Amino acid sequence: MKTLAILAVVFAALGVLPLFVVSDVWLNSLIAVLYAALLGQAWNILGGYGGQFSFGHAAFFGTGAYTVAVLQVQYGINPWIGLVAGAAAAGLVAAFVGALSFRYGLRGSYFALVTLAFAEVLRILSNSVPFTGAGVGILIPLDPGAENLQFAHKSGYFWMIWAMALAAFLAAWWLGHSRFGARLMALRDNEDAARALGVSALRIKLGGIVMSGVFSGLAGVFYAQHYLYLDPGLAYGPAISVESLLVPIVGGMGTLFGPLLGAAALHVLSEVTRDIFGDAPGISLAIYGALLIFIVMFLPHGLAGLGRISARRLIRARPA
Amino acid sequence: MSEFSILLPSVLNGITTGALYALVALGLTLIYGVLHIINFAHGSLLMLALYGVYFLAAGFDIGPYQALVFMPAAMFAVGYVLQRFVIGKASHDRDENILLVTLGLSIVIENLALYFFRSDTRVVDTPWSFETVELLGAFLPLPKVIAFFGALATAAALWVLMTRTDLGKAIRAVAKERKGARLVGIDVDHVFAMSFGIGIACLGIAACLLMPSYYVTPQVGHGFVLIAFTIVVLGGMGSFVGALIGGLFIGVVESLGGLFLGESLGQIGIFAIFILILLFRPTGLLGHKV
Amino acid sequence: MILSVSGVSKSFGGLQAVRDASLDVEQGRIVSLIGPNGAGKTTLFALITGFHKPDAGRVVFNGEDVTGQAPERIARLGMVRTFQIVQPFAGQTVRDNIAVGAHLHRPARRDALRKAEEVARQVGLADRLDQDAASLTVAGRKRLEVAKALATDPKLILLDEVMAGLNPSEVRDVIPIIQAIRENGVTIVLIEHVMQAVMSLSEHTWVLNQGETIADGPPAELARDPVVIEAYLGHGMATRLAEEAPVA
Ligand SMILES: Nc1ncnc2c1ncn2[C@@H]1O[C@H](COP(=O)(O)OP(=O)(O)O)[C@@H](O)[C@H]1O
Ligand SMILES: [Mg+2]
Repeated sequence: MKTLAILAVVFAALGVLPLFVVSDVWLNSLIAVLYAALLGQAWNILGGYGGQFSFGHAAFFGTGAYTVAVLQVQYGINPWIGLVAGAAAAGLVAAFVGALSFRYGLRGSYFALVTLAFAEVLRILSNSVPFTGAGVGILIPLDPGAENLQFAHKSGYFWMIWAMALAAFLAAWWLGHSRFGARLMALRDNEDAARALGVSALRIKLGGIVMSGVFSGLAGVFYAQHYLYLDPGLAYGPAISVESLLVPIVGGMGTLFGPLLGAAALHVLSEVTRDIFGDAPGISLAIYGALLIFIVMFLPHGLAGLGRISARRLIRARPA
Repeated sequence: MSEFSILLPSVLNGITTGALYALVALGLTLIYGVLHIINFAHGSLLMLALYGVYFLAAGFDIGPYQALVFMPAAMFAVGYVLQRFVIGKASHDRDENILLVTLGLSIVIENLALYFFRSDTRVVDTPWSFETVELLGAFLPLPKVIAFFGALATAAALWVLMTRTDLGKAIRAVAKERKGARLVGIDVDHVFAMSFGIGIACLGIAACLLMPSYYVTPQVGHGFVLIAFTIVVLGGMGSFVGALIGGLFIGVVESLGGLFLGESLGQIGIFAIFILILLFRPTGLLGHKV
Repeated sequence: MILSVSGVSKSFGGLQAVRDASLDVEQGRIVSLIGPNGAGKTTLFALITGFHKPDAGRVVFNGEDVTGQAPERIARLGMVRTFQIVQPFAGQTVRDNIAVGAHLHRPARRDALRKAEEVARQVGLADRLDQDAASLTVAGRKRLEVAKALATDPKLILLDEVMAGLNPSEVRDVIPIIQAIRENGVTIVLIEHVMQAVMSLSEHTWVLNQGETIADGPPAELARDPVVIEAYLGHGMATRLAEEAPVA
């Protein structure tokens, strides 16, 4: 209950910020952080809580994005329906990938490679079939209005991503307070022991990947509606997969607030990088890569782990 | 034109490309066989080697085949250092951590290349870049034919190294039983770094053989990395023979896929093979260890 | 008969780990399985609980043929095992560890946590509920292993060397815990090397040697059985059995 209260306070605070923030620059920053936090929390549900490292979350993200875009552009279907359809389609792709991988007991590096390969297959397919606009990409016509899930003012997009991120964080909170979550984490920590206690590995992991996929798909829907343009490299490319895993790894895998911490830290880092190097191509990603290596080598519990260590040091230091 | 006259050049082309893929995959499979790690940075290290070949040619007028004197050694050093001081320190006993660190390395290498070299496509022109060899009525580019034999020679050399030398014996001992090897006084960390270095040295050779008929951009490694993984899982993780046969096979699949489905869709065949093998036969079709 | 194992065999490559093993366990009893290291005891547990598929033979639990079924399904039917090499959910608290078992028949988090506390009291871990499972002592980990299984409300529990590595006073503490489990109506199959425990706890013992069940009977009788002694127990073990027999 305590974590739920903290979660409520954090999101309430984020929610009132736009009332005071007038500058679009700041609002854009908030949107970017919440968007990355959503992407990261989606990965964290499967990777952090479930211990299944995906290298191909773009498969789910891109499916969400393309679904809402194609439904609008090719079939004239309202993006609110597209939002639901996008999340559902992403969940379906996740279920398919999960059913195949977990059914054959794929774990560790093999699972990572298979997810990566699925994302690549989808990228190539979306590059080749006509209804996604193939290599040219797909452009959603500009038509602002809440009924079209497009907003003339940034604050509309802020609320949209705020609500999506809140849903993902509530889901992650639930994992820490439910049978399903307990089982997911038990499988992560010791699969044999969990099965001996009646946990069905296949069913629970499937649940985990679908949940993860749905939120990743939602992030894709947001991306499509926000930028109104998609191409195969943007939607299914490796950059999304990398960002998805980098955010929670930096912030702290398997923790509720890790993805938010990671998203904020990476945002600050990328702003600082831009101040120093300008918009030179490559440099900010190179720093992300270096950070990934550094965190895995020295901070396996991410920034959240850093907090825990120093908190423990404080407690230990006091009586001395 | 008969069916045969379209198919044959395509197959032969596939085989020559496949030999190069095999060379890239040989390094990957050696590293997997000994260290049991999946080196995600393999593609970007190949890219680095290609830039090395390019700059030797552009800056010092050293042709790609003369570069064979320098590149394997240079790449060996890169590999040795990376394993000894970065990858080896990061595992904390989890496979996934190694995968993440090598992913991080690939991101760093690729984006530094992008920062320093920009995304221009660079080629090395040689007088014989466009010469062809006629074989069974098909015309094959000379550099690819040379690359084919170079790849076979490298594979043979690697085989001799692994089976006939003390280093090879130490590597095989470590691959089989790292605890036991440590007990009999083998410096396991050194052997790991040597193996990784040799695996990366293969990329140096591959780069020299590839450059005359290919190009380099910071992203060029992408195309190779999943292909190399496919070959390695196809041939059985850690199997040399498997990597060779798998490489040739994938080269032909890609070539025929491109012929029938078009360039971009043709690659799907490779991924389909990759996914199917990982799902149904993760030990590979020829589960033969180093 | 709550558990009936008949003619079960399993080989790993060339090694025949279990060969035509049979045993029948009556409801409400404590029985045991003894034999030298490598005799195939743990493998037999794994065959019974679905972690390995038998090459031949049948496992019937509570009237249902469960041969080759998934471990999670067998656990749901009421038969759970512990692991000789303890398998905690490292990084989670003792409370959360036990709750995983408690969730088997308790969907609500609160019920599972309450059950976890109750079981922790039963096995003497009540004061360590919030400790990280990885920080427990050997004795603590063995108790946790029992607690996780017990929290599933099993009908039959298979305990694999839960007293190995404990000192004599720790063993003395664990024995009444196991007796209490049986008094609550749970049938128990023990694998044990600690003869003191076998003699004082179990009513019937099977002797496994090189994968085969070579003898069975009351433990005190087995200790005098020359076939058992000659065939494999060796003199040291025979004397120990004889010395410890009066405890029973
Ligand atoms: N998964 C396995 N693969 C190969 N051999 C195994 C496996 N599990 C057990 N064994 C072998 O089977 C034999 C019996 O082992 P085990 O059942 O653990 O004996 P015990 O529990 O009686 O000490 C041993 O020789 C062991 O090495
Ligand atoms: Mg045993």
